[in-house]
Amino acid sequence: METAVLKETFMDKTNKKLGVNPEDALVSKVYLSLAFILLLVGGTLGLLQGLNRAGLLQLPVWLNYYQILTAHGILLVVAFTTLFMTGYFYAGVSHTLGGLTSKARKFAWSALASLLVGTVMIMTTVVMGEASVMYTFYPPMQASPWFYIGLVFLALGIWLAGTGVFVNAASWKKANRGQKLPLFSFFAVGGYLLLILGSLGITAEVLMLIPWAFGWTETVNVMLSRTLFWAFGHTAVNVWYLVAVSAWYVAIPKIIGGKTFSDVLARVVVILSVILNVPGGFHHQIIDPGITQSVKFMHVFMSLSIALPSLLTAFAMFAIFERAGRKKGATGLLGWFKKLPWKDVRFLAPMIAMITFIPAGAGGIAQTNNQLNQTVHNSLWVVGHFHLTVGVTVALTFFGIAYWLIPYLSKRVMTARLNKLGLIQTWLWAIGMLFMSGSMHWVGLLGSPRRTSFSTYGDNATALSWDPYLMFLGIGGTLLFAGVVLMVYIVFHLMFRAPKGHTEFPIAEEEENASPTPKWTERWGLWIVLAIAVISMGYVIPIVDMIVNAPPGSPGFKTW
Amino acid sequence: MKMHRAEEIWLIISVSVLVLSMVVTGYQTFAQGMGPPSNMETIDPQKVDEHELFSEPGVYKTGENQYEVVMTLQIFSFTPGDIEIPAGAEVTFTMTSKDVVHGFQIAGTNVNAMVMPGHIQKITETFDEPGEYLILCNEYCGAGHQAMATTITVK
Ligand code: HEM
Ligand SMILES: [Cu+2]
Ligand SMILES: [Cu+2]
Repeated sequence: METAVLKETFMDKTNKKLGVNPEDALVSKVYLSLAFILLLVGGTLGLLQGLNRAGLLQLPVWLNYYQILTAHGILLVVAFTTLFMTGYFYAGVSHTLGGLTSKARKFAWSALASLLVGTVMIMTTVVMGEASVMYTFYPPMQASPWFYIGLVFLALGIWLAGTGVFVNAASWKKANRGQKLPLFSFFAVGGYLLLILGSLGITAEVLMLIPWAFGWTETVNVMLSRTLFWAFGHTAVNVWYLVAVSAWYVAIPKIIGGKTFSDVLARVVVILSVILNVPGGFHHQIIDPGITQSVKFMHVFMSLSIALPSLLTAFAMFAIFERAGRKKGATGLLGWFKKLPWKDVRFLAPMIAMITFIPAGAGGIAQTNNQLNQTVHNSLWVVGHFHLTVGVTVALTFFGIAYWLIPYLSKRVMTARLNKLGLIQTWLWAIGMLFMSGSMHWVGLLGSPRRTSFSTYGDNATALSWDPYLMFLGIGGTLLFAGVVLMVYIVFHLMFRAPKGHTEFPIAEEEENASPTPKWTERWGLWIVLAIAVISMGYVIPIVDMIVNAPPGSPGFKTW
Repeated sequence: MKMHRAEEIWLIISVSVLVLSMVVTGYQTFAQGMGPPSNMETIDPQKVDEHELFSEPGVYKTGENQYEVVMTLQIFSFTPGDIEIPAGAEVTFTMTSKDVVHGFQIAGTNVNAMVMPGHIQKITETFDEPGEYLILCNEYCGAGHQAMATTITVK
């Protein structure tokens, strides 16, 4: 026991001196490189979409709007995010637990293989025009069976990546009896746990769709499929958000020269997110038939409860900033604001990401209330909303992480020039999104629908009145595309070109007088049981209803 | 976990806002009948044409300035299209899809409902303002989705 602890601290020390070991670094470097390559592809498609919607670009016949929109959605909100999450979490687990176990590394590599096979299968069917069904693939639109099989590989990849982290955390706990799992790894365990819980729904759905797509079964239950999809779709974006939040709690305090606000609070945020999240899927079905108003109302409660961890986080962040600022001699009510390192991109990018979450989260709270949802559902408003949440809050935090994570992995350092480029990137992104998302919100309120290529509906006066806003959408999209290119340049520069040196993995320390973290925070079994209880509360009644009172099923259609 | 005074105040205020929003939503749904379209009837999606209602889509007068529009949605059209009704009419749209999932939205109003194969969806709106309104499909339904539109004219 004694020697085990000694060995650990020795490993910790060497780890800090020598930095990350090459084997662990390779895992994360490959994941992150692929993530940013996909960002470039997805961003390019985004530009084409933006220009088309602005009425500036007519896509050639061989490049259909819905085909590229399907690719854009899958590449960015599924593939980019999963790859980044895995690269980042494995790097942090390696750092905080004294290196990955060889078992965990094997899980990471096999997860990567599975994710790649899945992505290639999906993208091939999309490129061949066999799967222009959007990332939501609502039946009875029927894609090639290989599209759905690709999704199974994606789910498998997620489970493998999660299992690797669980196995590593468990072996660390065994070697460090009585010690609490470091906060970063706690986030990683919680994040994968939630993602796996969410992926159960989509897996069940896809297993129903595969035989249907092969023609072995004739019809499919449309409502049930949709509901199972959103159990995943909703949960996934909340996992991406939790990944971003992990950096806010763990890395940012260190970057601004402060301390962790409260280790317990951060863990409670993770636990609440895991327990409460999955039933939020229903807020994507508020104006569906076949779900009663009472069930929908219950789900207003379930969705709003998800706001709770974010409210805790909002408070914690401002507390961290204020304390750090005061330590640097700030006075007055808001003096700390000026003491923040605004010229340090490692702070600026995630800070703008956080600030963006204030209107984005408020918009989410508004649109989950049933009647308000009815005014915006499936309009461009919603696209504006998630380009703020996922496109800024998540993506810009990921960019902020890249500025230190990549040089940490490649044993290089960021230069003042790269920092400056990073600041430009951040402002390009913020302003581009302000234009694009702002005009999407506005024109959505006026009625312009999402997932619709440029259309005046036969020179209809109402539709024509949307055009000026759509022009701003195009301008914003162009700025964003410039931001994507700059970001990808910075990432690969930091990976292969920047000067050699040592970059720290920022992990904030606790305040000296912090109260100890209670043991119950690590009762994962209990959190899983509670999560399942909440999922049952949300799903049993409507799903039983959808199965028992199902109409005759639908045959498949290929309408594109 | 001990909390700061300021944190308690913050949580109490923000949670109160959430609760208040729920109360308003619940009141509008259950007391004022403004809940979201949630019709529970089902239909065989492959036999829409044989259905007692949907075999004859059209605009039906059901009462004093009350109308029912029985409508089918299919790629990439609404049947019936180019609807005309008098000002002040209360119109109930009764809809189903003959193929994939569609959306039914009237721009400039709060009429917005998902229309799925196998399900009959209903939504009611009173049209006080005369004019031509754009009806469009707001759920991606295939290659011609951007052309799936018609109008309702209030005279
Ligand atoms: C260069 C940057 C980007 C541009 C110009 C852009 C532009 C667009 C446009 C114009 C749409 C489609 C609007 C419609 O017809 O419904 C769209 C959809 C979408 N975007 Fe982006 N976007 C960008 C970056 C991102 C990022 C970083 C993410 C997420 C990480 C993202 C996720 C999505 C998703 C999930 C959809 C919905 C696809 C669907 O409806 O199926 N986008 N984007
Ligand atoms: Cu959601
Ligand atoms: Cu459509």
